[in-house]
Amino acid sequence: MIGGRKALKVALVGNPNTGKSSLFNALTGLNQKVSNYPGITVEKKSGFSKLDQRSIAEMVDLPGTYSLHPSSIDEEVVLRTLTEPDNPDRPDAIVAVADATNLKRNLYLFTQVLDLGLPTILVLNMVDQVQRKGIEIDVEKLEEAFGVKVVLVNARRGEGINVLKQSILELSHELRAPVFDIRKDAPNYAESARKILNLNGDYAAWLIASQVSELSYLSASEKDQLEQLTLRSEVDTKKLHIRETIQRYKIVNDLLKEAVTVSPEKDRSWSGRLDRIITHKVYGVLILLGLLFLIFQAIFSWAELPMNLIDTVFNELSIWIKDTMEPGALRALIADGIIPGIAGVVIFLPQIFILFTFITLMEETGYMARVVFLMDKLMKRFGLSGKSVVPLISGTACAIPAIMATRNIESWKERLITIFVTPFTTCSARLPVYTVLIGLVIPSEKIMGINLQGIVLMFMYLLGFGTALGSAWLMSKMIPTRTASHFIVEMPAYRVPLYKNVLLTIWGKGKSFVTNAGKIIIAISIILWVMASNGPNEHFTEAERFVAAEVDTTQLTPEEFASVVDGYRLEHSYVGYLGQAIEPAIRPLGYDWKVGIALISSFAAREVFVGTMATIYNVGSEDEMTVMEQMAAEKNKETGKPFFTFPVGMSLLMFYAFAMQCVSTFAIVKKETNSWRWPIMQAVFMSGFAYVVSLITFQLLS
Amino acid sequence: MRFKSAADLRVGERGVIRELSLDELPVKLLEMGCLPGTELEVKHVAPFNGPIYFRMADYHLAIRRELARLILLEDSVEDVA
Repeated sequence: MIGGRKALKVALVGNPNTGKSSLFNALTGLNQKVSNYPGITVEKKSGFSKLDQRSIAEMVDLPGTYSLHPSSIDEEVVLRTLTEPDNPDRPDAIVAVADATNLKRNLYLFTQVLDLGLPTILVLNMVDQVQRKGIEIDVEKLEEAFGVKVVLVNARRGEGINVLKQSILELSHELRAPVFDIRKDAPNYAESARKILNLNGDYAAWLIASQVSELSYLSASEKDQLEQLTLRSEVDTKKLHIRETIQRYKIVNDLLKEAVTVSPEKDRSWSGRLDRIITHKVYGVLILLGLLFLIFQAIFSWAELPMNLIDTVFNELSIWIKDTMEPGALRALIADGIIPGIAGVVIFLPQIFILFTFITLMEETGYMARVVFLMDKLMKRFGLSGKSVVPLISGTACAIPAIMATRNIESWKERLITIFVTPFTTCSARLPVYTVLIGLVIPSEKIMGINLQGIVLMFMYLLGFGTALGSAWLMSKMIPTRTASHFIVEMPAYRVPLYKNVLLTIWGKGKSFVTNAGKIIIAISIILWVMASNGPNEHFTEAERFVAAEVDTTQLTPEEFASVVDGYRLEHSYVGYLGQAIEPAIRPLGYDWKVGIALISSFAAREVFVGTMATIYNVGSEDEMTVMEQMAAEKNKETGKPFFTFPVGMSLLMFYAFAMQCVSTFAIVKKETNSWRWPIMQAVFMSGFAYVVSLITFQLLS
Repeated sequence: MRFKSAADLRVGERGVIRELSLDELPVKLLEMGCLPGTELEVKHVAPFNGPIYFRMADYHLAIRRELARLILLEDSVEDVA
């Protein structure tokens, strides 16, 4: 709000791969936030841009789309934002972003945007590429033909941004004739649709009426009325849609013949040459495999140093608090509950940053589209789409964004299967669990220069992928095919990634991890700590008396006695009773009640396993050993040998590889499939499978 | 007589779109500029006879073979390879 005036709302609209996000970053800088559109999982990017000394505009970066006729939830967001009169994000003005090297397809969308009747500016981005390719654009002719201001920018280098800001300030509402007049082709049809939908524009009404069966947000009565109207008016919506497309392209083509001259084709030479290797049947696949291997190794080895550092810092902090604060409940809560809880969140950031750097780089450079291209045939065999590769790879970070990334899979069946199997891929929350367990039961030896623990970790990742593919194949055989699946993927020219875009993305991912998953992890850690520090009866409150009665105390030093008391107390705390309650069910897998507690708490988030272990073994122990050392020191009560043996460790690894253990995943699947059926089936199937495999593993190995 | 389709082109070959099987073809492909008169060139083919990587007018896109079969080409096809 400036001087009591409401900030101007501006929406960025454009094709994918037009540098729209770079433009958004150039306009808003760090004044941006990423949230979700209410009720759906489409990412909403908005921010503020300072236009001049006195004016600020609120910018919304709408999802990239090739057309305003929506064919996915992302594209529905674009349509709704631009057409609904009462939409909270409805813009006062539109900045239409077009790739100047590919004007034809970009201007198709632009002519649709124009017909919505909002004040509009046309931005031609990537003007540097235009010169390099020998293209000349007559800007004045474009301005004249469309009756809009045309601004040339190079968003990556920030050129033309100030001119754009000035143009936004000077925007005025002008009435112009529609490029495509729906009233000519279907008299009264759009007008009636507009009344049903309570909209302002005829074209907006037609956009919705053309896709009635595809849209998810219309009410049953609206759908019904529109379908009746279409029948009554004898309008063939698909034919009309095609006619519109052809008319628009004809207008654009005719204009471009006059306004654009192209010198003899200078193909995007280095990009094309690069693709001869990168999309090659053999080299391309080898490069992809090599890259995936590099990512695994990077997560495992590069993250080690910062993770150890974080571990040390928080341990020192805990010790410092114990030394400085008065003993009591508050000191215990902070030093043993809160600080280890926060540490358990922060410790993942190095891995998350490394992984998302890779994923963002793959997307920024344009490589991700090649991955999809290379993998499509293979993935289709398992009932998936080439586009499923992106969710499956993203699933190695976290199933939540990965399942959200299935949105751009057009086929419902392929999308559903991808959602169902993605949680099998090894998410970063499993990584700390794997790290601790592998470190515990696999020796740190080198085989041919490669760390054995690294090999086992890679095996766990492959196991995750393998199970995902296997269950996908199974599902594709069971689910009937509804509609033919389409695969249409643009192959953008390779680009050198913009460090600013990469940094803003990984910063956003890290932030959302800390604020979303982090909250749950800290809360669960504290709840567990409280449950472990309190008990329901005198066995907990008067543990010393019971221990003294049961054990021959004369044989014990005071320290040993205290340790026995602590163990007794933990066994009779709330957490102890809960773990003991499920022990009979998990004993065949090789677990005791302490592991049982960790399994229960893992349903909030898998990584809580490590935090729970830390809390369980921390309670009553004054020295701050690392979790792994504490677990290694744990003895089997019956044999007196270490509890975490090879069979127990492997059985636990299998359980964590397969069980659906995370409430957030459950919630996101419910949201994305819009039913309880799929998440419940998924949880039952995955956890049942995990139980069986762990049972077999333990029984075979021991 | 059967017309040559975009799926029949080999790597390096070009063709001009003559007509489209509109009943089966998604309108989205038309909206992306796949219209009669547009020139196509096959750049790459994915492993195991996977999707075909085309240059379509000013940009590049990949579609599956089944979809490419619905794009019928003019008879004259110049071989640039």
